[in-house]
Amino acid sequence: MYGKGILKGLGVTLKRYIDTYIDDIRWMGKRYYKSEGIAHRSSKDARGIFTIQYPEEKVPVPEEFRFIPFLVYDDGENGEHILRCTSCGICPKVCPPQCIWITRTTNPATGRPIPDPAEFYIDADICMNCGLCAEYCPFDAIKMDHDYELASFARNILNLQSLSKSASYYEGIRPINATKENRARDAKLAARAAAGVKAE
Amino acid sequence: MDVKDINTPGYEIPEEIEGQVAITTLDKIYNWGRSASVWPLMFALACCGIEYICAQASRFDLSRFGMEVTRPSPRQSDLMLVSGTVTKKMMPTIVRLYNQMPEPKYVIAMGSCASGGGPFKEGYNVVSGIDRYIPVDVYIPGCPPTPQALINGLIKLQEKISKQSIKTVRWYQKGEDQASIPVPILGPDLIDPRKIPLIKNHEA
Amino acid sequence: MTTPAPVETLDLSTLLPGFVTTDTRPGYSGWVVDKNHLVEFASKLRDEFGYDLLTSVTGVDYLPDDKMEVVYHAFKTTGGPVLNYKVQVPRQDPIEVPSLVSVYPGVELQEREIWDLFGIIFTGHPDLRRILMWEGFEGHPLRKDWKEAYFEEESKPFKSRWPDGKIVQAENNNKFSDNIAYPAGFDPEKWIPEGEDALYGSLAKYEYTSQDGIKNDHIVVNLGPQHPSTHGVFRVSAVLDGEIIANLKPVMGYLHRNHEKIGERNTFLQNMPYTDRLDYLSSLSNNFGYALTVEKLMNIEVPERAEYIRVIMAELTRITNHCMALGALFNDLGTFFTPLIYLLEERELILDIFEAVTGSRMMCNYFRFGGVARDFPEGILEKIKGLVFERLPKKIDEIDRFMSDNEIIRSRGIGQGILTAEDAIRFSATGPLLRASGVPYDVRRADPYSIYDRFDFDIVVRQNGDIYDRYMVRLEEMRQSVRIIQQAIKGLPVGEFQTGKPQYQVRVPAGESYGRVESPKGELAFYVISTGKPSPWRYHVRAPSFINLTPYGHMCVGQKIADIVAILGSIDIVLGEVDR
Ligand code: SF4
Repeated sequence: MYGKGILKGLGVTLKRYIDTYIDDIRWMGKRYYKSEGIAHRSSKDARGIFTIQYPEEKVPVPEEFRFIPFLVYDDGENGEHILRCTSCGICPKVCPPQCIWITRTTNPATGRPIPDPAEFYIDADICMNCGLCAEYCPFDAIKMDHDYELASFARNILNLQSLSKSASYYEGIRPINATKENRARDAKLAARAAAGVKAE
Repeated sequence: MDVKDINTPGYEIPEEIEGQVAITTLDKIYNWGRSASVWPLMFALACCGIEYICAQASRFDLSRFGMEVTRPSPRQSDLMLVSGTVTKKMMPTIVRLYNQMPEPKYVIAMGSCASGGGPFKEGYNVVSGIDRYIPVDVYIPGCPPTPQALINGLIKLQEKISKQSIKTVRWYQKGEDQASIPVPILGPDLIDPRKIPLIKNHEA
Repeated sequence: MTTPAPVETLDLSTLLPGFVTTDTRPGYSGWVVDKNHLVEFASKLRDEFGYDLLTSVTGVDYLPDDKMEVVYHAFKTTGGPVLNYKVQVPRQDPIEVPSLVSVYPGVELQEREIWDLFGIIFTGHPDLRRILMWEGFEGHPLRKDWKEAYFEEESKPFKSRWPDGKIVQAENNNKFSDNIAYPAGFDPEKWIPEGEDALYGSLAKYEYTSQDGIKNDHIVVNLGPQHPSTHGVFRVSAVLDGEIIANLKPVMGYLHRNHEKIGERNTFLQNMPYTDRLDYLSSLSNNFGYALTVEKLMNIEVPERAEYIRVIMAELTRITNHCMALGALFNDLGTFFTPLIYLLEERELILDIFEAVTGSRMMCNYFRFGGVARDFPEGILEKIKGLVFERLPKKIDEIDRFMSDNEIIRSRGIGQGILTAEDAIRFSATGPLLRASGVPYDVRRADPYSIYDRFDFDIVVRQNGDIYDRYMVRLEEMRQSVRIIQQAIKGLPVGEFQTGKPQYQVRVPAGESYGRVESPKGELAFYVISTGKPSPWRYHVRAPSFINLTPYGHMCVGQKIADIVAILGSIDIVLGEVDR
């Protein structure tokens, strides 16, 4: 019969339509604006309505999610910010579109370089969010941010100030990675200390 | 926008008709209408365009913002969402499309490519950001911006719209130069007609 | 990858004695053919040795040797390794090489591309025009001595970035403060744009037959570059005889992002995220192809676990790609939006997995030479299992029920846009387009790479070569991908995910390498030449969407104008890959 295929198809849409209401009733108001509801709607059992109502609801970003890079600083004893970056120059070397600029600090007295960036720029309008800088940084100093709500009325060139974020922020967005790295760093320090003791 | 946002404070409305009456300014109601029905031009350039499609689809659903009506014709659209790499070969078309859009019109540069050239900036066929030719209202960084980042940008645009005033917007100005943007020419390289004197005098 | 590129054991030097020699440069393989005997050689290879599928043609500029080379890669549709041959010509303009269009019509667009980017003239080519750039553009960009306006240094990393990096935007270094450069003495006021005369001129060359003695006039219709159904910035120029298409040419280059020029400046690793942006709907397949190609050159092994992860991710990519391809095809056929949105839901769920594993929904940048960037995070395997064992099979069946019997799809799909098996091979079509025409050719089986020989799956073939069959092939391929992932998850071993320490500066020995994978769109191959330096000398992408467009005009002629869009949808192109 001509039109049977279309009717069959309409059955599929009808089923989907009804599913929304069945799930609404089953979840009794917990389906929207609650994290378990959002998780359910992004899981393999999702059916019926699928919309995540940004900005009221947000799809949770996974740990590995990457957007624009940022620089991690540790808090010093007097509350000063100690950047982990040593301006070693690996990230501007690996950066595929070459959007990182670093000026190394030099000691004015000796003219020797100091492991600390004097200036650090990222042109966010060139950055391709590839994450290679974070991947190859040996000091865990540059990481990919989770904050994607960056729309603005002007172009985005990020400097040292706007790039720096605290280590606790980093641990907040990437807990698993941060713990792993902290442990590795501690082990390295301990090993170096042990070796230092031996050498003395 | 809620009714209470539309109401201009300072006027007393009797309680019985509070729900039916609003006292507001023309600006507010005009902007409210406009910002809740921004119709984008159906126009996707590159990778970012795919994220735009995803934002249109069921998970992020732009119709919640009154923006699902993508118009294939520039004559009917309010917003040009430049989603992707702008190449020199495409540039004349984009400027022509922009010129065909009626005022009020807005431009969003989505992704690093449209904002400033992006990863392909050094390429010989890539324009370093759409704002070299047409005015941009909102920049959304990211490569690609996720659908949520895009919606964030659209909300920014709504903010911008709701701050405009009929008295000052460019399309109601008398004598304001409404001339359209000159369409670039494909020569041995892209020629911006506004730069012809400069090009003429250059020594290679 | 365990063995270096298999070398053809045939002795072809006796085929045309004196005119065919083996390529003896270290790291190279194949044959060097005298230019005047190229056509004869190619026809003999095709007719006597069965190399009927010429997948890739590209140029290489050997500036230091003062030579240009055209490289051909041929295969048998019955399977087997590559056979490559080259033609070398001195680098003095005019550089001429005979065209192979008469033997393999599939090279038509590729030869135009070489003319555009290298300035090699193919004598006997029926329609040699620029393809990616516009007529009138100055120079041939892929020549090694051609420099763009923003040229900074021969290779990355640029020295201005560190240790004295002062941010300078590239436009501020240019005297027009833009990405432009003109030849000396150029006067813009005297410039007369060449416009579209060349295109329309070539379109008019068709056999004009009027029926019943009635004189018809023909009109030219342009669709695009900004047309909602052209899947991006693609343009079609068609000559119509009433409603019937008399001739049709694809016009492209509106998204030409200079991947190859930039790729020759990037280091080997830096190219990896750029490959994501080729076919941006299936970035992991692109990663796969590029990683394989460079691994072949480096001759390194990939750990077991990484191989399995790679296969799982690549097959998930195939599903996402087909979701998008089918959804768009349904749109083109007239069943608007609902099926597309249903398919996009499944795509979103898979993208969530990509985001959790690789960090990005679309631009995954996940493969590294000798493995993958990182292991699966905790809990992700459960998610993948939930999808491939429970959800996806059901959903694919649902789409089948939803669309396969739909009268709109059937009446617009069956018998439309036919491509016969012979034509598909002649035009170098690959992927679902070729298989829907009845040729069971799939790189995963024909020339197995990675660990595909361990899995049990069927190559999907349909016989009619029409739009409906291409839809069915894609649908069934999704089922096969699910099957592969199910097996891969069961077999996933524990262990390393990367050989050796992660390195950002890999050492790649000199030589050439042609690595190919079955991407969702067809055969995706990379042709990389290394000179032992940190960046490749040549980085060529054999883009399936681009080459699958070669038979497009042929398929459309005789159809109604409304079918232009449907046929395009059934080819499944992505402009990032078409134009590169
Ligand atoms: S910004 Fe990135 S994702 Fe967007 S078009 Fe450019 S390369 Fe593609």
